Amino acid sequence: MTPAPLDWLALFAHFLVLSLLSIGGAITVLPDMHRVLVGQMGLISDQQFNAAIAIAQASPGPNVLFVAVMGYQAAGLVGAAIMMIAIMLPSSTLTLIAARWGQARREWRGIQAFKAGMAPIVIALFVATGWILSVETPGWRHLLLTAVAALLIWRTRVHLLVLIAAGGVLGAMGWI
Amino acid sequence: MPAVSLMSNPSAPTVRPSSAKELFFAFNALALQGFGGVLAVAQRVLCEQRRWLTKEEFVEILAVGQVLPGPNVCNVALMVGDRFFGLRGALAALAGMMTVPLVIVLLVAAVYAQYAMHPAVAGALKGMGAVAAGLIVGTGFKLAAALRVSPMGLPACAAVCACAFAAVALLRWPLLWVLVALGCVSCFYAWRRLRPRALPTAETR
Repeated sequence: MTPAPLDWLALFAHFLVLSLLSIGGAITVLPDMHRVLVGQMGLISDQQFNAAIAIAQASPGPNVLFVAVMGYQAAGLVGAAIMMIAIMLPSSTLTLIAARWGQARREWRGIQAFKAGMAPIVIALFVATGWILSVETPGWRHLLLTAVAALLIWRTRVHLLVLIAAGGVLGAMGWI
Repeated sequence: MPAVSLMSNPSAPTVRPSSAKELFFAFNALALQGFGGVLAVAQRVLCEQRRWLTKEEFVEILAVGQVLPGPNVCNVALMVGDRFFGLRGALAALAGMMTVPLVIVLLVAAVYAQYAMHPAVAGALKGMGAVAAGLIVGTGFKLAAALRVSPMGLPACAAVCACAFAAVALLRWPLLWVLVALGCVSCFYAWRRLRPRALPTAETR
């Protein structure tokens, strides 16, 4: 179902706001996207919404591309372009301004405290993200594969794509 | 040289990218390797292969990208590009990371429906997902080396790490509140440990 131009304008404006709210990534505003796209406007189905996220995660590149898939499902390439621009523009602008502000004041005690204080949290978030992703799926083989991959990345210089491909082959053979 | 080893920066010294074009292709290459998240690949390419950033710089940039809205990897691309070549570099890095993956994801979306139910495809996706989770965990362990030079000291860093992990992974608290609450405590502690620059006491660790 293709929306009317006014609906597009409303959607564009809504995603501009969501962009500024998406601290931690576009995934954090997913519930609100679902509310608008599936519930309020009925642009895509529940199934399409879930497939968009799965497709973006299985494809190379940033996960935010799920927004493009949803736009594409709703109204083809134009929809993909409109929604991607809306979700990227405000946050990117803010990031550049804030980064320059901080870089120009990097000797300030407050800026140094921010960097030092946030570092352990950022590092813990890596482990937490991997943890959440791996315990969502049941089965010990899955966990074993995750643990082995983590160890290899940490301790060796094996190529990332080799690991991903090995996981894909094991999965396709039905080992997991 | 003992003076250098006293500094004990665990990462190797860095080089600059030669042009915005090089940024574009580097970010393009790292995005194409990033299945299920680009951060792990970004760390490997930017710190280890290209040597544009030290581990510490990567963590610092990521911290800013993490607390600002927007996709973390996109924010990292913007900030890295901006640092070397200003706005031109920022746009080159972001475009490099988004363009080809955007085409790919739309192509996949177009053909996905036919193969989603195929057991081998579903299995392969599951296997790749398991490895992708491992890549993220392993990268976290690797980056933990950057904490050795933290002004907070290792025990405090470890405590903050444990709290952040418990809050996000075990208690499943919203990321925003964890960043704000734990971030405030941790940054305040770091601020107390950092002596004002005017004072001559050089006790940094």
